[in-house]
Amino acid sequence: MIRVELAKLFRRPRTYVIAGLLCALPFIVAVFLATTRIPPPPGQGGAFLSAVLSNGALYPAAALALVLPVLLPVSVAVLAGDAVAGEAAAGTLRYLLIRPVGRTRLLVAKLVSLIAFVLFAIVTVLVTSYLTGTALFGAQATDAGVTLPADVTSLSGVTITPAGLAWRLLATVGYLTISMLGVAAIALFLSTVTDSALGAAMGALAVLVVSQVLVTLDAAAAVRPYLPTRYWLAWIDFFREPVLWRDIERGAALQVVYLVVLLGAAWANFTTRDVTT
Amino acid sequence: MIVTRDLTKRYGRTTAVREVGLAVREGDRYGLLGPNGSGKTTLIRLLLGLVFATGGDIEVLGLPVPRRVRDVLPSVGALVEGPGMYPHLPGRTNLELFDAAGPGGGRRDRRRRIGEALERVGLAGIDRRPVRAYSLGMRQRLGLAAALLRRPRLLILDEPTNGLDPRGIREIRDLLTELHGEGTTVLLSSHLLTEIEAFCDRVGVMDGGRLVLQDDLATLRAPTGRVVLRTPDADRALALLDGRVEGRDGDRLTVRHRAPDDLNAELVTAGVRVRELAAERRSLEQVVLDATTTTSADRADRAGGDPA
Repeated sequence: MIRVELAKLFRRPRTYVIAGLLCALPFIVAVFLATTRIPPPPGQGGAFLSAVLSNGALYPAAALALVLPVLLPVSVAVLAGDAVAGEAAAGTLRYLLIRPVGRTRLLVAKLVSLIAFVLFAIVTVLVTSYLTGTALFGAQATDAGVTLPADVTSLSGVTITPAGLAWRLLATVGYLTISMLGVAAIALFLSTVTDSALGAAMGALAVLVVSQVLVTLDAAAAVRPYLPTRYWLAWIDFFREPVLWRDIERGAALQVVYLVVLLGAAWANFTTRDVTT
Repeated sequence: MIVTRDLTKRYGRTTAVREVGLAVREGDRYGLLGPNGSGKTTLIRLLLGLVFATGGDIEVLGLPVPRRVRDVLPSVGALVEGPGMYPHLPGRTNLELFDAAGPGGGRRDRRRRIGEALERVGLAGIDRRPVRAYSLGMRQRLGLAAALLRRPRLLILDEPTNGLDPRGIREIRDLLTELHGEGTTVLLSSHLLTEIEAFCDRVGVMDGGRLVLQDDLATLRAPTGRVVLRTPDADRALALLDGRVEGRDGDRLTVRHRAPDDLNAELVTAGVRVRELAAERRSLEQVVLDATTTTSADRADRAGGDPA
């Protein structure tokens, strides 16, 4: 069943359209930066953006910072919201279930295909933005390593090796995947509740927007550590020297809790539900 | 093949299926009849484990459903409320995906089985167009092909001829007859009497969630003990058969008589010309109308109005 889900994911044009949109945003930003060479003022604009002007090899990190807040969670929410509700609306859910595909197995396959999508999307963004970055800004000092930008490390001039950059990027991919799985879990749960894919995606996005608003609200400081988006930006800590693990660990743990609870709820709901579509 | 006892399904306050005792025997061509909204589809969903019963139990192929539904379904082919396909993929790819999704479909002979199933439903020549571009009838045939992929012992088909033209309906009926001849038990649900009458040998009638009638078609349509006679000499026949004629409508007489052949001899001997003469049988329509009491479920009469 997992193979079937992956085949469905990669045979569907929309997968590539969404990935293309995700790649387009960093590309557009890169073109503007490269033609004007006006860096965002320190402390504003996306992370790493001023640093890439001097070193294109850092652009993949900047690209992730660009797609993470909105575009990536939206696409994950749309796909995850469609996972079960979309099958129900198309009338294919009942045929999968009487094939028979166990309901638990179907949910697991859907989750695996979502993980595959997130990895695919992030990797395409990394690859295209690396190519864009090196082409438009040029790569600097490949032997000596790259210098971490001042606005991130708050210590200018720290140099990391290309190998160091590679594992930091890989760790970032892992951390973002876990964060996006949190989003996927919310949407997947809602997808088992309603037969409207749009409704499930909207519901998940509403949760994220509320969470984003509360994160910035001092009055909501009491609940802040438990908000799903609270530690989304913690992956930037991978690019500090030394790596600052505290928020990364908390963020990952929080997402795992969300995942377990919501997937459990999705499973409990889906395995006992009447399929009437 | 299928046995249900006191099967009941409630959705909130409405009861969709009420104390149904369905019995489909091996080799049956079972027709499930009933107006729209009488609970046919819910009953079929219950049999397939898509919907969970509120009360009663179900046995399909000798195993309890939904507890052992995983062992039952590989031997069942089904069409529930129209086919469901991925619209952006071609028909063949759809069948491949569904076949690969579950157990009992070997990968090695998949192409051959899909080819055979498509051939049987008359879609051997489909091209790479996505299902989106198919006509309603083609989709229906594709859904049927999906049900046939693994040569099921039991076919459960909900309104299989939806969207087909008369020729298509005939083809599907011939296909079902062929499959039945190969040993497949068929449960067919329809609101079309003619379809059931033409194919089935056993009939269940649902009405308001209940199974109000279940019997062999031959029994239901047994002669009524009357003979219908058409003659140009109606008055003379009336005089001759005095007291035995139950009704007259122009040249058409209804005669209480057990044996049409004897009656014919009697009439001809007396010089009464006979144009038509046959034992009266209840039509399936009459049987169903007698068994069902409610109005058509898709009517929406004003509250308090008298539903005729």
